[in-house]
Amino acid sequence: MIDQKTRDELAEIAARYPEKRSGLLPMLHLVQSVLGQVTPEGIEACAEILEITPAEVSGVATFYTMYKRRPVGDYHVGVCTNTLCAVMGGDAIFARLKDHLDVGNDETTEDGKVSLEHIECNAACDYAPVMMVNWEFMDNQTPSSAVQLVDDLRAGKEVRSTRGPKICTWREAERVLAGFSDGLVDEGPAAGEASLVGLKLAADKGWTAPKGADQ
Amino acid sequence: MTTAPNQSVLTPVLTKNWGDEQSWKLSAYGDYAAAKKAFGMQPDDVITAVKDSGLRGRGGAGFPTGMKWSFIPQDNPKPKYLVVNADESEPGTCKDIPLMMANPHVLVEGVIISSYAIRANKAFIYIRGEVLHVIRRVQAAVAEAHAAGHLGKDIHGSGYDLDIVVHAGAGAYICGEETALLEGLEGRRGQPRLRPPFPAVAGLYASPTVINNVESIASVPSIIANGADWFSSMGTEKSKGFGIFSLSGHVAKPGQYEAPLGITLRKLIELAGGMRAGHELKFWTPGGSSTPLLTAEHLDVPLDFEGVGEAGSMLGTRALQLFDETTCVVRAVLRWTEFYKHESCGKCTPCREGTWWLTQTLSRLEQGQGSAEDLDLLVDQCDNILGRSFCALGDGATSPITSSIQYFREEYLAHLEQGGCPFDPEASTVFATAGAKA
Repeated sequence: MIDQKTRDELAEIAARYPEKRSGLLPMLHLVQSVLGQVTPEGIEACAEILEITPAEVSGVATFYTMYKRRPVGDYHVGVCTNTLCAVMGGDAIFARLKDHLDVGNDETTEDGKVSLEHIECNAACDYAPVMMVNWEFMDNQTPSSAVQLVDDLRAGKEVRSTRGPKICTWREAERVLAGFSDGLVDEGPAAGEASLVGLKLAADKGWTAPKGADQ
Repeated sequence: MTTAPNQSVLTPVLTKNWGDEQSWKLSAYGDYAAAKKAFGMQPDDVITAVKDSGLRGRGGAGFPTGMKWSFIPQDNPKPKYLVVNADESEPGTCKDIPLMMANPHVLVEGVIISSYAIRANKAFIYIRGEVLHVIRRVQAAVAEAHAAGHLGKDIHGSGYDLDIVVHAGAGAYICGEETALLEGLEGRRGQPRLRPPFPAVAGLYASPTVINNVESIASVPSIIANGADWFSSMGTEKSKGFGIFSLSGHVAKPGQYEAPLGITLRKLIELAGGMRAGHELKFWTPGGSSTPLLTAEHLDVPLDFEGVGEAGSMLGTRALQLFDETTCVVRAVLRWTEFYKHESCGKCTPCREGTWWLTQTLSRLEQGQGSAEDLDLLVDQCDNILGRSFCALGDGATSPITSSIQYFREEYLAHLEQGGCPFDPEASTVFATAGAKA
């Protein structure tokens, strides 16, 4: 339910911007955090605060793929099946997970723990095949590592992103997207191995940018 | 100029601190010396420095950054805005995301200097929503910069005010298109706007707005700190400076390689330890899936705006996706086409309808159905999309198709001859040698 605290937070998001309607995308993230999906109640709350029609909010909510109109799992698992990841093994991973979880694309397991979606390029191609859990990176996956991952998530074991913190729930993630800090920023590395290959090679070879005025 | 005997092949600037302990924190980054230096300059002189450096947009189009800034009509009484396009979604592109994760302060410092130059007091960083930890890092960097007095009112006694809002998107490739991004930032469906008016004149809230890519803005502090000549001493005649080259796919060591523009793919593959053992390069994208495919015959093309253009493609985002001979080009192209179909915003007919037609025709070919005439049909469909769509998404959708037919017509025909795909998809995976154990 959208209570007064949530209403206040929705208004707080809108107030970050010179024109309040700009807050709509993060506001819908907050709605998902509170309600587990975008519902008519959430749409009306946004519309009321922004002084626009529920139809206008609905139009936005249905345009962007991260907004869900039915419940997703506590752990929303994405498998990149855009060309590069697909070729490198994403298609095999997605097929194995559909079979293992007995769900189709954009469906949730009966226990409500895991939902599965094939996603588009998530800007981690040097770590292909890539998966995401609640929009945290799970780099360099294989079909068997993917099965282990979803089994661990369903069993409630601690799972850490390969380049980030311990995986939080989908609702908690949505709250961060709405602009409210969860204090996990300092967890995980600065960069994964692939991000550093050029830097390490340059260090080995003594290659640098030319000396500048500040050096 | 860079005529040192031991010429550096790689030139880490933006990536330089990525290996440092907690590099994302202000204490590790430094004291925003470039921003302080900029505050001692006139805003127009900052614009001139960026113009003189030769920096061209790193988001793909390569428009001169300083010139873009100079288009802002300073006599317009409306507020000016800077918007950073951090919606990195072009297939294969993976440079801005690791940059913001490891080095968010260089972006924040770049935003401060750039906003000062165009006289904006409010800036926005629009980050795609699907990268939670990156968003945490940028949110925290903005908060840290604020607490340290690098943002807010009368920054370091300069009389200049600036606030930054970090805005998370919600899943839409089209929002990488700058006017669609503005729609998203105004709380609307992300559909591109008609131009003119250009955003420099009427952008966010119909006010003068500069929209720049993450890497463009992140390059600005180094230009101000080291000078325009320093920046332009790297790169080629018309493509100055350094850029992050992202290698992915069937290469021994995929990853990020920061080098002067003009480096070749042959050199980059050598740095990356070659293609994966026992395999050879078949086709590649120079700058994401919207840039026409190239092949092994283009290994020595200088990777700058002019060189790749002359080779019939575009430098784009330097997203070098490399595919070896185990990969079916028809499968690859079909998947990209399905992507464009999914991401078409629906505003204009050639793209909305055309990408569906392309997918249908391609699917049929991939399954070995249809006929050789379908190749002509595909080219004809592409002709009716390219240049006739509202924005570059439709144009981009045709790139992999027309280029793959140009270089691999025989492979399309082989699907028809064999009644299906002649390739084993397992052979192209990273776990091919593990077989069923994977």
